[in-house]
Amino acid sequence: MSKSKHLLSSSLGKKLIMSLTGLFLCTFLIVHLAGNLQLFYDDQGKAFNDYAHFMTHFTPIRIVSYLLYASIVIHAIYALLLTIHNRKARPVSYAVYRGSENSAWSSRNMGILGTVLLVFIVTHMSNFWWKYHNDGVPYIEYRTDLATQETTVTELIGDEYTDYVKYIDNDVEVLKAKDLYKQVQFTFKNWLLVAFYVLAMAALSFHLIHGFKSAFQTLGFDHRKYAPVIRFLGIWLFGVVIPIAFAAMPLYFYFSS
Amino acid sequence: MSGNMNLTLKVWRQKNDKTRGKFVTYQANGISSDMSFLEMLDVVNEDLVRKGEDPIHFDHDCREGICGMCSLHINGRPHGPKQGTTTCQLHMRSFHDGQTIVIEPWRAAAFPVIKDLAVDRSAFDRIQQAGGYINVNTGGVPDANGIPIPKIVADEAFESATCIGCGACVAACKNASAMLFVSAKISQYALLPQGQTERYSRAQAMVAQMDAEGFGSCTNTGACEAECPVGIKLTNIARMNREYLGAKILKQVEPH
Repeated sequence: MSKSKHLLSSSLGKKLIMSLTGLFLCTFLIVHLAGNLQLFYDDQGKAFNDYAHFMTHFTPIRIVSYLLYASIVIHAIYALLLTIHNRKARPVSYAVYRGSENSAWSSRNMGILGTVLLVFIVTHMSNFWWKYHNDGVPYIEYRTDLATQETTVTELIGDEYTDYVKYIDNDVEVLKAKDLYKQVQFTFKNWLLVAFYVLAMAALSFHLIHGFKSAFQTLGFDHRKYAPVIRFLGIWLFGVVIPIAFAAMPLYFYFSS
Repeated sequence: MSGNMNLTLKVWRQKNDKTRGKFVTYQANGISSDMSFLEMLDVVNEDLVRKGEDPIHFDHDCREGICGMCSLHINGRPHGPKQGTTTCQLHMRSFHDGQTIVIEPWRAAAFPVIKDLAVDRSAFDRIQQAGGYINVNTGGVPDANGIPIPKIVADEAFESATCIGCGACVAACKNASAMLFVSAKISQYALLPQGQTERYSRAQAMVAQMDAEGFGSCTNTGACEAECPVGIKLTNIARMNREYLGAKILKQVEPH
């Protein structure tokens, strides 16, 4: 009984990587959703734009964001490796195969759902992340009178302003930041993108209904008392609440413009 | 039961694992609904032998659902349309007159076809030999109940040990993964005090052998649990993951 392989080259080790990267991406979704809910504030994007600056410039968050990019890439690569391995395990396929009678559709189509999500992530990052980091987004100025809480907004055109500032002067709070909110409004005028975003959130729902509980199973967590809590969270939080809340964003901007 | 049935069978015929197989259509006429699926194949085979043709090869032994020898992927499902039963315990009343039944062998790289519907499942034996045992020193007979084991733990270990090693889990899995089988065999020892000595080396050795045999990996679809004729539970796979990851990350048994 001395035969042993390196952990990460074994089938269970590869699954461990899928599980850990997947769960890390799940925690990211919660943070991403909480931040993006500021899109629904009726403040012409002030809170959202300030938050976007914080998320892209605060060092600990930036470190976590690189971990996040790595997780997405590793999750996709290991999914591909495992899929190739699994295909090899059945070189001749069945003429008749009734998977629907013994397993859930989402559990058998994680690869397809994941591919939709990968295309979505690339689209999503080119829509916002790329534009934000490559000066595709103009600046905006908010002046808030702290006594009356009234805000006046000025769009800063072109190269006129390229620095983030936030200060209080004579009871007036001044904030100058990149106007990512405007980019959101602009992007979601395109019905094709809106439709794709909503479709991708449907894929996210099915991916996580299986993926969240599956990640815990892979980690060996199947407790009589607490596993039902995981299953509940997987279906209702990650399969229903989060995808619907995300899908509401493009729909909100499309129909309110 | 009323009347006999006439059925159309599409059976996978393959000379050996070196040659390509194909489906051959046979008529099974006058089949009693009280027959088992294997008895129905016996009738077809007797007919083939009478005609001087090569009978259909399929695995069978006890025909009481205990031995784990029978297999067959019937109309897209291992051991046929019923849950919790082996092919030998599947009766023809589960089918209807005039039905077409497609019969295939287990499909997995680790289960090469021997002939027709019979596959070589010795990969399971090699996994078992890699670590599915305990070392018992010879000596005096120990007292019964000398080692206290809670009833619930004994029951759980017993349920894991009911695995008959038929391979339906591999056949049902879309990845041809053997994890339900391996996890049941790991669990039956991991749960009991007698299995503790080799606990961590066992998990590592059996998983390594499973990978070496070319089985796929688990995607937690639960198809294996649904198709298992003796109801081995998916929680065994979670236990195997705990045993294996625990052994690999925290409890390497090899000396420094």
